[in-house]
Amino acid sequence: MTRSAGRPQILTAALLAPAVLLFAVMLLAPLLVIVVFAFGERAPAGGYAAAFTFDNFLNLPARGKAFINTLTLAPIGTLLTAVIAFPVAYFLALRCDPKWRVTLLVLVMAPFWTSQLLRYYAWIMLLGAKGVPAWLSYLGFPDIRIINTPWAVLIGAVYGYLPLMVPPIYVSLEKLDKRLLEASSDLGATPLRSFLQVTLPLALPGVATGAMLVFILLMGDYILPQYLGGGKVFFIGNALVDLFLQSRNWPYGAAVSLALVAIMFVTILVYMRFVLGGSGQRRVALV
Amino acid sequence: MTKQPDFIPTSKFLDELRRYQKGSVSRRHFLGVTGLGMAAAVLGGAVPGLRPRKAYAGLSGTLNFTTWPSYFAQENLDNFTKNTGVKINVAVFGSNEEMLAKLQAGSTGWDVFVPTNYAISTYKDLNLIQPIDLARLPNYDPATQEQRFTAEGIIDGQVWAVPKDWGTTGYTYNSKAMSQKPTTWKEFWDLTRNEATGRVMVHDYQLTTIGNALKYFGYSFNSNDPKELGEAEKLLIEAKPHLFGINSDYKPSLIAGDAWMSVCWTGDAVQLQRDMPEFVYVLAKEGGEIWSDFYAITKDAPNPDAAYAFIDYILTPQINAVEVQAHGYPSPDSRTNKLVPKEMLDNPVLYPAAEALSPLEFGAAATLTNPLRAEIMARFKAA
Repeated sequence: MTRSAGRPQILTAALLAPAVLLFAVMLLAPLLVIVVFAFGERAPAGGYAAAFTFDNFLNLPARGKAFINTLTLAPIGTLLTAVIAFPVAYFLALRCDPKWRVTLLVLVMAPFWTSQLLRYYAWIMLLGAKGVPAWLSYLGFPDIRIINTPWAVLIGAVYGYLPLMVPPIYVSLEKLDKRLLEASSDLGATPLRSFLQVTLPLALPGVATGAMLVFILLMGDYILPQYLGGGKVFFIGNALVDLFLQSRNWPYGAAVSLALVAIMFVTILVYMRFVLGGSGQRRVALV
Repeated sequence: MTKQPDFIPTSKFLDELRRYQKGSVSRRHFLGVTGLGMAAAVLGGAVPGLRPRKAYAGLSGTLNFTTWPSYFAQENLDNFTKNTGVKINVAVFGSNEEMLAKLQAGSTGWDVFVPTNYAISTYKDLNLIQPIDLARLPNYDPATQEQRFTAEGIIDGQVWAVPKDWGTTGYTYNSKAMSQKPTTWKEFWDLTRNEATGRVMVHDYQLTTIGNALKYFGYSFNSNDPKELGEAEKLLIEAKPHLFGINSDYKPSLIAGDAWMSVCWTGDAVQLQRDMPEFVYVLAKEGGEIWSDFYAITKDAPNPDAAYAFIDYILTPQINAVEVQAHGYPSPDSRTNKLVPKEMLDNPVLYPAAEALSPLEFGAAATLTNPLRAEIMARFKAA
């Protein structure tokens, strides 16, 4: 087919324009501002003053603990969420009565109908002295403290991000060609082996997508550590909030956020290379 | 002064939540003083501030009012709207730094906001507020105000802000949970690292947290001396593992029993005692902070006429008395105090004896803006 006239191209351009414009105005321009700020210095009363210095980057180790906390808890939280989400998605896609499927999927998403903040407040009560620890002390485990510890943050992460992890895994399991499982069983594989060598690899793209969504959000989170960590579990997000709104050291804040962007960029690149790339090769079809 | 977590401003979520929580003002308390409420209503027609006046006639549009959580009486705002037709948008903030950051970034659309004493000179220097023309506030009488609470609103003879209320920053502890009866900041920090380990909270606010750590050593609340600040930092970092949390929203954890002791502002202490009398409020012997909050008008206020009308209305003694009973912080206006129930005036938390007040210090502008303090707080939180 020959593409006559510029018309379709104009149409393509017109359709893409809003997204490109949004991308340029809302992402690239602010990013540029951040890059410029990162080389500046704090104005005497706070904010930004023009300068060219690497001090803000050299000072990054002063927030080392925040980077370490984030880079430990975000992957662990993502992993836990995936481990808990997988059986749910598996049940919904393969085991559940189809007439209930939509209802149950909606229920998985239902927590999103309430403000995230209110739900974290509920968790503060649940994990506080009169909540789970009180029940545990009845069972003979006195003085267990959960709220304002990394455990509370992990519980909050799993709870908060489960609804983002289940759907992608569900979708990849639902697409699973059941004949592959029959074939596997015909060829003598035990159910466990079929699961490990057929189902799991085929579901991996969904797990990878879900994990990426959750990981990115967790890396930038500050409400979760603030509320369930009580200011004692300090993430990069919390460091940024403090730098921009409390000490108003915008240039240092810009440098910290650039470091976060860089870490995310590299992590995601590596991740895509190994997980997404790897699973792509294993994709098989019967026909 | 901050009353809520510091990260808020960043998030509108929290604003919403605070409004939701604002129900903390007890109805019971209001019923107790219904006599006054009724009187105010009856007097309404006779009180200049309540009667639709000529000055209000030309008002329209909206008023953007930025304040702190649980810090106003909703019925006063509703009545203002009813009398003037001006709709009020309330936004609540967690700290002076956040308000400053927002105003510095520009285009807030705020008309009236509530800065604390030590922030006013910074706002003025940064050209973010406008001078107040007292002629446009007929219901505000500078002569009936306690002078030390108006002082920091006046710079070089010009009024930049008028006083809203005042309070202290001490600490509160649960006397049922703790065997000791602390009375000093020294005991506060020693108990934190001992009997009360894992049960103590400090504000997510450098001014009060560092200030009260400085008091442990007997230094000034406002110290900006690097050596003294260094000692305070060492104490804070030592205490960190023993803290339950670093959060200016400490009431829920105290009520739930997770925390036993917390740095605390007057109004919160009053609200806590209302429901749980076992909470003791301590103005430490070494001193600590005394503060006052003000009303100020932003430089670029979109609706300055409504801003003046609002401040004039809210500082009318009859109206202000309703405010005081709602938020639990005393007014510096003697005319207002006459209208506040005696039980409130007799409450030593609200109106401490002169000898308890004398060692207290007003926070200084340099204390708020000192970058070293900000960095120490950040290191403490990240530790």
